[in-house]
Amino acid sequence: MDLPVSFNEIWFLLIGVLLTGYACLDGFDLGVGSLHLLTKSDRDRRIFLNAIGPVWDGNEVWLVVGGGALFAAFPKVYASVFSGFYIAFMLFLLALISRAASIEFRSKEPMGWWRQLWDIVFSLSSILASILLGVALGNLAWGIPLTAEGDFAIGFLGLLHPYSLLVGLTTLALFMLHGNIYLLVKTEGDLQTEVRRWFPSVMIFFLICFVVTTLMTLAKVPRMTALIREYPVLGIFSILNLLAIVNLVREVYRERFAQAFFSSCMTIVTLLILFALGTYPNFVYSAGSPEYSLTIFNASSSDKTLTVMLVIVAITLPFVLAYTAYVHWVFRGKVRMEPIGK
Amino acid sequence: MDVVLLSRIQFALTIGFHYIFPPVSIGLALVLVIMEGLFLKTQNPLYRQMVHFWVRIFALIFSLGVASGIVMEFEFGTNWANYSRFVGDVFGSPLAAEGMFAFFLESTFLGILLFGWNRVGPKMHFFSTLMVALGSTMSAFWIIVANSWMQTPAGYHVVTEGSHRRAEITDFWAMVFNPSSMDRFTHTMVGAWQAGAWLVVSVGAYYLLRKRHEAFSKASIKIGLVIALVSSVLQLTTGHTSAIGVSKNQPAKLAAFEGHYEKKAPAPLYLFGWVDEANERVRFGLGFPGMLGVLISGDPKMQIQGLRAFPQEDRPPVQIVFQTYHLMVMIGMGLIGLSLLGVFLWWRGALFQSKWMLYLLTIAFLGPQIANQVGWVAAEVGRQPWIVYGLLRTYEGVSPVVSSAEVLASILMFSFIYLILFVLFIYLMIRKIEKGPEEAMREGVPASY
Repeated sequence: MDLPVSFNEIWFLLIGVLLTGYACLDGFDLGVGSLHLLTKSDRDRRIFLNAIGPVWDGNEVWLVVGGGALFAAFPKVYASVFSGFYIAFMLFLLALISRAASIEFRSKEPMGWWRQLWDIVFSLSSILASILLGVALGNLAWGIPLTAEGDFAIGFLGLLHPYSLLVGLTTLALFMLHGNIYLLVKTEGDLQTEVRRWFPSVMIFFLICFVVTTLMTLAKVPRMTALIREYPVLGIFSILNLLAIVNLVREVYRERFAQAFFSSCMTIVTLLILFALGTYPNFVYSAGSPEYSLTIFNASSSDKTLTVMLVIVAITLPFVLAYTAYVHWVFRGKVRMEPIGK
Repeated sequence: MDVVLLSRIQFALTIGFHYIFPPVSIGLALVLVIMEGLFLKTQNPLYRQMVHFWVRIFALIFSLGVASGIVMEFEFGTNWANYSRFVGDVFGSPLAAEGMFAFFLESTFLGILLFGWNRVGPKMHFFSTLMVALGSTMSAFWIIVANSWMQTPAGYHVVTEGSHRRAEITDFWAMVFNPSSMDRFTHTMVGAWQAGAWLVVSVGAYYLLRKRHEAFSKASIKIGLVIALVSSVLQLTTGHTSAIGVSKNQPAKLAAFEGHYEKKAPAPLYLFGWVDEANERVRFGLGFPGMLGVLISGDPKMQIQGLRAFPQEDRPPVQIVFQTYHLMVMIGMGLIGLSLLGVFLWWRGALFQSKWMLYLLTIAFLGPQIANQVGWVAAEVGRQPWIVYGLLRTYEGVSPVVSSAEVLASILMFSFIYLILFVLFIYLMIRKIEKGPEEAMREGVPASY
């Protein structure tokens, strides 16, 4: 079969789609978690949790499937990245497990201290998970010293440098913004007014991070913009990214929160497209000895496996999209606290 | 301690903890389908109450399964990087298929199952329950396909790139239906049904002993006991075919199951015993001579390869495999006896009055839990010293860049957080059970966190 693109490129794209889907979906519930402690009353916090209750679990599935797909399509990347980021990844797992536990356990007891404790765990683990995701992206953008075997061992502290921490902070800000807008969609009345009051600060926090990260990437990591400089037409994604950010603010001020949420999804999508364009054709760029980089060609599974998996995706994806959309439609509308039971 | 042993300990710890939850949720999903189906058919409010009650228990168990399951998806990469590089081309696709076919399905429809009572009609709700059950079954299928490929690899060839070997897929369906996958899938699924069914029986028996929720409890016990009886007897046949498969495909494992050392000889079937690994024999054992041959081929004189037929470095640890295997078999037999006795007493109209029987049924849920755990220990330790049977040794699969200090740190982290989760889980299970079905019904939809 002669395709204009290789299976490797298709799978690079598909894993990008899975991880972008994860960022758009789990991004808002991580954001809600990061903002959770800003509201004080038990009732409001319960509304926050109810807003993400029916969907957060499904959102995390995108990460799990992304991990499985990465294992299947690019096993060398899966092996190098997760063993190389060992401690960071263990902390990320700790955050995800603690977060799941806090959502599950918080409501089970009425005592104030119990709920306060789980609220703190929920919020801190959401913040930690967001920052760690960004730190990982920052390291992949910056480059990592790989050996000829494709291994790297730079230790946890080696991962923490100004650029990766900056990307970590930017990711946190982006998810907070995304979560803030999600809460505007899902709440009403006084609580919505309160959430709306947070918006300018969250927006400014995001803009500062965004501008500093952009400048630092242009100045210090020219590799990440090389493809756009070579093919200026790809600059369209930068323009779309800026338009999405501007439109997001505009829609919030016009109180069209659903449209604002769409724009913040587009912000995430375009940012990740820019990231993918910057890193292509590498998955893990080897700083120091670029010939050891793990690319989408030298780190992939065989064409046979990539084909089989493409068939699996072609069979399942329409169903997944259909019932995911259906469930979001079933739970559309505002979250209220009325006892619905019959 | 060396990093291989520590990585194995961590994998055993995390998978063992994870495996407390999925079998019960698979079993409970089946129970829920039956209960909600009965409700749709009869409109008897008792069944609706049962669904409301068991959905809450299901949700708690399911959420712990998800939380501990995320770890598993990534642990091949974190701790077994060279294994991942070796098997990725083959092993990754069933893992990805599990996500695409199963995880999206179960997690999405769980939202409706839990929170959708007043947002969708009763038929749509029942459909969602069905989809959750289907999703959990497909999840079991694909992950067992992946694991079975490690036991009986098929549909691949090994290619060499420089100093590296790796398995590459040649025939997808031969990989999926490798020699052990269907035997092991059915055996695991039936074990999961037992776990769910006996939990339902145990909770009902507990209520009856306390003289609470009598109508609810009697109906629950009846449904649970029927599933328990059918699956306990069925487990005999899946266990039997699994053993035949092991004798064909992994003779060293079978020899370890029975502590059979002689190179080629008829082998007994032990009821119990103690393996003296130094002197290569079983002590204090009660065995039926020639019965292993009868079990496998119907011939007591069947010559069965013992451990001495394998070089020392290809033998699994024998004692632990022998003991866990025999504990599993013994519990399996006990559960058949208990379910037969339960149904007999039910038929005689004496089941709900018999105190000692109700006590026995109250603790019966532990039976399948323990059997499921030790069965997996026997299966996986019996695979040693191979991580992929006959192809890659366990020590070759470990991550080259992860230090033993790092693995020790993560073991401590998992032990700490899993201990907290387990204590809270038990506490919340007890709370939900103490609250009882009427409370669950009054609250209706668990709408509020």
